[in-house]
Order: sequence, then C-alpha cells, then structure tokens
Amino acid sequence: MTNEIETIIHTQDLSLFYGDFQALHDISLPFAQRQVTALIGPSGCGKSSFLRSLNRMNDLTSGTRSEGAVIFEGTNILEKKIDVVSLRRRIGMVFQKPNPFPKSIYDNVAYGLVVNGIKNRSIVAARVEKSLKQAALWEEVKDRLHKPALGLSGGQQQRLCIARALAVEPEILLMDEPASALDPIATQKIEELILELKERYTIIIVTHNMQQAARVSNTTAFFYMGRLVEVGSTNALFTKPVKKETEDYITGRFG
Amino acid sequence: MTIHLQRELETIRRMLLSLGALTEDRFRQAIHALNDLDVELATEIIEKDQEIDLKEVQIEEECLKVLALHQPVASDLRSLVVVIKINNDLERIADLAANIAMRVKTLAKKASPSGFTYDYRPMAEKAALMLKMSLDSFVHDDDAMAETVRLMDREVNAMRNAAYESIKKAISQTPHRAGYLMNLFLVSRHLERMADHATNIAEEVIYMRRGEIIRHTDFMDE
Repeated sequence: MTNEIETIIHTQDLSLFYGDFQALHDISLPFAQRQVTALIGPSGCGKSSFLRSLNRMNDLTSGTRSEGAVIFEGTNILEKKIDVVSLRRRIGMVFQKPNPFPKSIYDNVAYGLVVNGIKNRSIVAARVEKSLKQAALWEEVKDRLHKPALGLSGGQQQRLCIARALAVEPEILLMDEPASALDPIATQKIEELILELKERYTIIIVTHNMQQAARVSNTTAFFYMGRLVEVGSTNALFTKPVKKETEDYITGRFG
Repeated sequence: MTIHLQRELETIRRMLLSLGALTEDRFRQAIHALNDLDVELATEIIEKDQEIDLKEVQIEEECLKVLALHQPVASDLRSLVVVIKINNDLERIADLAANIAMRVKTLAKKASPSGFTYDYRPMAEKAALMLKMSLDSFVHDDDAMAETVRLMDREVNAMRNAAYESIKKAISQTPHRAGYLMNLFLVSRHLERMADHATNIAEEVIYMRRGEIIRHTDFMDE
C-alpha cells in the first residue's frame, strides 16, 4: 500500500493499561496522510482507548500507563516532555456527544485560537468564518453568531464542535463516534463533511456503525479484545475479510 | 437480526436452486426435441419459457429487498451478488433452450430424409454437463469443480468451430439448402452460448469462495 510513503502518524507495539487491566496489546498501526481510517470493533475492544492514545487523552484518566510508542513526525508523543496542549492543537478531537461550551457560537470556535495566543481580532474572525464554512455550518449560523451555542440542534452542535476543532488548524482529526447521537439527516451531513475534510486533514474515526465505516473510510482496522485483528482497504475488508473474527463481526455472527 | 438475514439468504438460495433445476430440465428437453426434431415438444418449451422469466424476476426482487433491508457485507454480500448474477445466467440459458426449440421447428419443416444433418449430441451433452457441474459447484461451494467447468468451455468452443466448418462446406455444396443449414448452424451458436453462461456461473462460484473476480483472466477462444 501507499501507507509507507505517506504515513503521518503510527503506533509501535502500543500497549495501554488501566491499572492492572491491559486495554491494548502491542498495536502497530500506521495512518496515511489525508485519508480516513475507521476503527471498528465491539464495545470494549479498545478502539476508543486506542484513538485517545493518539493525542494523549488517556492522560486525563488516572491510573493509565502506556508502553510502546506513538510516532508523530518522528517524535514519540508518549514522552513526558511533550507539550500536550500543542499536541492536541495539531491532533484535534471530536467526541461522541456534541459538547459545545455554554458560550456563543462565535466564542466556541474562537476559543482554541485565544487559548493558543492568537489575539488579533480580524485574524480570529476570519478563522471562525473559515472553520464554520469548512464544517458546513456557516450558512446556518452566520446571522446568529453571538447567540448561545446550546440553542443549536444536536447535528448543528456537532458540526460546531468540528468547526472548533478545525479552527486551530490541526493536521489530524480524531473522531469518536461523531454521529452516534444524531438523526439520519444530521449523520449524513457529518459523513459528507468527513469526505470533504479528508482533502486537507487526516481523519481517524471510531464508529459502531459499520455502514458508516464502509461509506466514509479508505482504510478500516478491526479491533477485538484489545488487539488489532485486521487492517486493510475498506473495500477489501467489507467484501473479503482475511480473518474469520472480522468476517464474524461484520456479518453479525458474533458470539 | 443476523438470524433473520441468514433465513432470508437461505430462502433465496432455495429459490435459485429450484430455478436451476427447472432450467436444467428445460435444457434437457431442448436436447430431446433437437435429437428427435420433435415439434410438439419444441412448442411446449417455447410456451413454458415465461414461467422461468417470472421466477427470475421474483428472485431478483427478493435479492433487492435483502440488499435494501440488511445491507449485507463480506460473505453474505458475495453470496447475494452471486445469486443475482447466476439468476440472470439461468434465465438466459432457458431463453437459449427456447431458441433451440425455435430452430427445431424450422429444421423439422425443412429437413429432407436424405439431406445433410449434423450430430449435435456430443456438444449438447457437454454443455448440459457444464450446467449441471456449475450448479453442483454452487451447491457444494466447490471452486475446484468450477475451475473444471471453465476448462470445458474451450472444448465446447472447439465443437462450435467444427460445426461451423462442416456446415459451411455443406452450404457450398448445396447452396439451395442454405436456409436450413444456417438454422442448423445457429444451434451450435445457442449451445455455445449456453456453455458460456454455465462458465459464468462457475466463475461466480469462484468469486463467492475466494472473493476474486477471475473473469477475463485468460484468453478467450471466441
């Protein structure tokens, strides 16, 4: 595959422990630049823990410990000296439930910029507009930018969170079930957005919705019981998976 | 939900096998009609073709329903797609049996007791065997048998070429019999097409088993 040339981030024998429990076992997985990779697997398989390792979100849970490495542009980001704020600017995250701040639409998007020290108002305003456009939300909110973000619908709130993540111009966007709390129309908008965003960003998405994984991703990785079972092109994985566990999971014959 | 899908797939599979049995039967009848120039049997074959057309449509509708409702993946998806394609091949084979029946009616009218005829029995038997084996390979998920069917297709093509040479010579010797002889040649064309559809079925079985599309992967004898 072309992965070798264009890999932007990869894990090397990554293991993750929550106290005594080992959630991930020696996972080595490369991610191609400007591609969408879907992580699938049953609940508790480790896919979200893996995703959260890619920008050190697991640090926020006490008692976690990692082994192995996550290499982003030649640096192991698991090292203590890494500045996680700047790391999370470059590797942004969108969560399952839309979580806008109880502030205005504008301030939600501007927040990351201000935190990162950008004070020039016209730069901030331009970036807010650009991000909302990229998140396909601009047309819906341009006349009420200073209204509370919590007044938006669930689907709009999620696109706002995507705009917020995009505002700081990350290189990688991690998405943890970004559409699972949304209705089918809002879900479709998010999926279209993912397909547009991959022109510029590398996207890694965790999803329980297999059709969604099949529709939006170039590569799919199947996790089971903390292990990476199979990774391959999405087309191949959904038509002719190599491993029996993958076949059983995606055809619903599990357990 | 998955048990539901398995049940639907099993129903569709049974429908297809019943269509397969009917098509094989129709093919056998066409061979009988051809061997005996039996006009009555030929007429019956032509009239009954609609029955197969209806079954084909029913199977396709079931498949579309399952695709829409279950969105199957992996082996479920492959087996459903394969059913859709085999369904189409079977309908075409039955059509060709009806075409042979039409040739039989013309040949019976124009045959002369002392005139040229061509013994299609070996070719017809070979093509019928290919159909049987391709359906068996589907039933037993047997890609080795399916490979054998692909090889047999070359023999049938060679038989068609032999019929062509032989009938071409007859036309040059008895040009006033050209109409009859061209109908006689068309039979070989129909049989050869039936063998092609049996080959398609075999290739679809190989796809179902291995997930590889092997069509067009070797040279065509056509």
